[in-house]
Amino acid sequence: MISHELVDLSRLQFAATAMYHFLFVPLTLGMVWLLVIMESVYVMTGKLIWKDMTRFWGKLFGINFALGVTTGITMEFQFGTNWAYYSHYVGDIFGAPLAIEGLMAFFLESTFIGLFFFGWDKLSKPKHLMVTLLMAIGTNLSALWILIANGWMQNPVGAEFNWHTMRMEMTNFWDILMNPDAQVKFVHTVSAGYVTGAMFVLSISSWYLLKKRNVEFAKRSFSVAAAFGLAASASVIVLGDESGYTVGEAQQTKMAAIEAMWETKPAPAGLTLLAGINEAEHKNNWEIEMPYVMGIIGTRSLSKTIPGIDEIKAKNRERILNGIPAVVALEQLRADRNNSEAEATLKAHIHDLGFGLLLKRYTDKVAEATPAMIAQAVDDTVPRVAPMFWSFRIMVGLGFAMLALFALAMWSSLKGCFTEKLWLLKWAVLMLPMPWIAAELGWFVAEYGRQPWTIYGVLPTHLSVSTLSPASLYGSLIGFVGFYTVLLVVELYLMVKFARQGPGSLGTGRYDQEVHA
Amino acid sequence: MLDYTTLKIIWWLLVGVLLVGFAIMDGHDMGVGTLLPFVGKNDDERRVVINTVGPHWDGNQVWFITGGGAIFAAWPLVYATAFSGFYWAMLAVLWALFFRPVGFDYRSKIHNARWRSTWDWGLFVGGAVPPLIFGVAFGNLLQGVPFSLDNNLVSYYSGSFWALLNPFALLCGVVSSAMITMQGGVYLAHRTEGRIQLRSMMLAGYAAWVMVAAFVLAGLWLRFGHIDGYVITSSVDAAALPDPLAKTVARSAEGWWQNYRAQPMLWLLPGLAICGALLATWLVQSGRTLRAFITSSLSILGVIGTAGAAMFPFVMPSSIQPNASLTVWDSVSSHLTLQLMFFATLIFMPLIIFYTSWAYHVMRGKVTVADIQANSHQAY
Repeated sequence: MISHELVDLSRLQFAATAMYHFLFVPLTLGMVWLLVIMESVYVMTGKLIWKDMTRFWGKLFGINFALGVTTGITMEFQFGTNWAYYSHYVGDIFGAPLAIEGLMAFFLESTFIGLFFFGWDKLSKPKHLMVTLLMAIGTNLSALWILIANGWMQNPVGAEFNWHTMRMEMTNFWDILMNPDAQVKFVHTVSAGYVTGAMFVLSISSWYLLKKRNVEFAKRSFSVAAAFGLAASASVIVLGDESGYTVGEAQQTKMAAIEAMWETKPAPAGLTLLAGINEAEHKNNWEIEMPYVMGIIGTRSLSKTIPGIDEIKAKNRERILNGIPAVVALEQLRADRNNSEAEATLKAHIHDLGFGLLLKRYTDKVAEATPAMIAQAVDDTVPRVAPMFWSFRIMVGLGFAMLALFALAMWSSLKGCFTEKLWLLKWAVLMLPMPWIAAELGWFVAEYGRQPWTIYGVLPTHLSVSTLSPASLYGSLIGFVGFYTVLLVVELYLMVKFARQGPGSLGTGRYDQEVHA
Repeated sequence: MLDYTTLKIIWWLLVGVLLVGFAIMDGHDMGVGTLLPFVGKNDDERRVVINTVGPHWDGNQVWFITGGGAIFAAWPLVYATAFSGFYWAMLAVLWALFFRPVGFDYRSKIHNARWRSTWDWGLFVGGAVPPLIFGVAFGNLLQGVPFSLDNNLVSYYSGSFWALLNPFALLCGVVSSAMITMQGGVYLAHRTEGRIQLRSMMLAGYAAWVMVAAFVLAGLWLRFGHIDGYVITSSVDAAALPDPLAKTVARSAEGWWQNYRAQPMLWLLPGLAICGALLATWLVQSGRTLRAFITSSLSILGVIGTAGAAMFPFVMPSSIQPNASLTVWDSVSSHLTLQLMFFATLIFMPLIIFYTSWAYHVMRGKVTVADIQANSHQAY
C-alpha cells in the first residue's frame, strides 16, 4: 500500500508549486491585452506617450513573465516526476492537450515575446503591433489548452478504460475539447487574469496620481485599466455563475460542499450567504439564506433539486460497493488475460471501477474491505465543507468589491474627475493584492473540491503518485520552497523598484525621475 | 487513417525530431550560456554574448517543453517511468533551468557588479547543467535502467542518483556537453565580431574536437567494453495493443549493433556526427560561420541519431526486469491519440519553423558593444 505520508507530501508539493505558479500567470494573461490596447492607440494616433506606456508596462510585464516561465516548467515536469501513475493512467488523454499547448501556444508566445522586447527599432509600427498581438494570442491559447486538460480532470468525457493497456484511452477528442467544464473554466480563468492585469495598472497609476508624478501618463493608464477592468470583472462574475451551473457530478459535489448543503432541499433551493458550519454533526448551527437563488444558479430551473451531501454520500456508497467486483475482476484479468468471466464482470461494473479503487487507500485486498473501511471511503468522497464554504465566499466577495471599484473608476474616468478623488485612488492602491487572493482561492475550491480524486470518478489521488520515498519528497519540497522564496524576493524587489521609478526608467527623457546610465 | 505500426514508428521519428530540434535550437543558447564566463571578459562583452540569444532563448526553450509534452502524449509510460525514476536528475535539470528566465531578464536591470556576475554564473549553470545531465541520462539508457513494473504497470525505480554517475554515462555526458558547447560557440562566432568572435571560434573548435574524441571513445567502449545491449527474444506484433509485459527480452553483447548490421546505411549517422563537427571547426575558423552552424547542427543530428538507431526499438531498457523494457511498440499511446498528435504536429511544426525563422531574420546581424551601449535600457 502506498504510504499516506508520500501522498500527502506529493499533494503538498504540487499545491505549493501550482499556487506559486499562479501568482504570475493571471497578470500575464491580462497585461498582454492591455499592452495590445495601448500599442494600438500608439499605432493609430502616433502619440509617443502611448508607446512609452506600452514599453513601461511591458517592462513590468517582463519581470513577471520571467517567473511565470520559470515556475511553469516545474508544472510540466511534475506530472512525470511525482505523479507517475497518473501520467501512465491518463497520459493518453491528458498528454495530448499539453503537447498541443506547446506546439500551438508556447512557441507562439515565447517567440514573439522576444520580438516584443527587442523589435522596437527593427520592425515597422504595424508589424510590432502584430507581434504584440500574436504574443497575446499565444498566452491566452496556452491557458485554453491547460484548462481543457484540467477540465477533463473534473469531468472526464470522451475516454474509456482499457484493461489490456491498464489505462484510460481517448475515444473522442471533440468531446474533450467541447467539455462544458473546460469551456467555462477557460473563460472564467482568463477573465480573472484580465481583472488582475487591470487592477495592477489601475493601482500603480493611482499611486502615481496620489504622488502627483507622471500625471499624463498615469491618467491614460488609469482610464484604460478602468474600462478593461470593468468589462473583465463583470464577465468573471457572469462566467463564474455559469460554472456554478452543475454539469457533472464533480461539480455537484463541490457545489454541495461550497453551499454547506447537508441535505437535499426542496426546489428551488435557497442560497446560503453565511452559516455556522458543524462538520461533525452534518448540519449548520445557523444560516442566512436568500430564497430560490441557489436552485436557479445550480439547475437553471425552479423545479429541479440539487443533491445535498448526505444524498451524494449515499449514492457514492452504492457506487463503491458496485466498484469492488470491478477491482477484483480487473486483478484477475491482469493475472490471467484469458479469464473471460472476469472480463464480463469488469464490463458490467466498469463505471464504478474508480469508486472501487477508493478502497485501496485502506487495503490492498479490496474484496476483503471491512464495513469500517467502506464507511471511511464514503466519507472521503465529499471534501471538508468549511474550507470550501469560506474560500468560495471570500472569492466572490472580492469579485464584487473589484467590480464596484472598476465601475466607480470608469464612471469618474468618463467624467474626467478622478485625479481629485483621493479616496478612490487610495482605495485602488489598497485593492492591488485582491485579484491574486481571489484567484488562489478559486483554484483551491476547484482542486481541493475535487478530492479524493485526481480524475473525478476514475482515478483516486492516492493511487496517482510516483513510488518515491518520503525522504525524496522532503528533499525536493525543501528545494522548491528555498528556490521559490529567493526568486520571489528578487522578483518583488525588481517589481517594486521599477514601479516606484515609473516610466522614467525607460530613459527617454520625457518623465520624472529619469535614470541616466 | 494510418495504421498503428506506422504511427508507432512515426512517433519514434518525431520524438527524435523534437530532441534534435531541442539540441540545435535550445542547444545553441545553452552553449552560449556555458561559454558566457569564458568569452565575455567585461560587462559590455558579456552583454553582447547574452543579447545574441536574448530575443530567442525563450522560444528555443519551448523545444524542450514540447519535447516533454510530446513524450507525455505519445509515450506516457516512458514519461512516467523516466521522470519519476530519474527524480533527482530531473530536478537538477529543472532547478538549473530556473536560472535562465530570471538570469536573462533580471541581470542587466540593476547596475551592480556582484548582482550581474551572480546572474552570469546562473546563466552558466542553466546552460551547462542540462546538456550534461541529458548526456548522462542517455549513457544510462544505453546500459539499461534499474526499474521494474508490476502487473498494474506501476513503475518502481531501485537505483540511486549517484549510480547514474558511472564512468560510461559520464563519458556520454562529455559528448553531450561538448556538442552543445560547440553549437553555442559556432552560433556566437556568427553573431559577434572582434575579440568575442575570435574567442568563440577557438572554443568552438576545442569543443568539437573533444566531442569527436569522446564520441569515438564511447563507441569503442560500447563495442569492446562489455556493455551489453538488449534484444527482444519473443516474436513482435508491432500492431498489437501496447503491453510492455507481454514480451521477453535478453541482454546481448550484439544488442546495440544489430541494427547497424542489418542496415549498413545507418553508419552514415556516426559518420555525420564526426564529419559535421570537424567541418564545423574548419568552416568557423575560416569565417564561414553560417555554414559552420549548419554542419554543427548536422553533427548533432548524427550524434542523437547514432544512439537512437542503436537502441531502436528500445526506448528505456530495464536492467533488473528486462522483459519490462519500454519499446516503441509497447509503451505508446492509443492509435487515436498517436494519429491526432501526428496531425497536430504536421500542422503546427511548419508554422513554428516559419515564424522562428522570421524572428531570427528580424534580429539578424552582429551584436556589438556599440549596440549595447546605445540601447542600454532595453537590452538584456
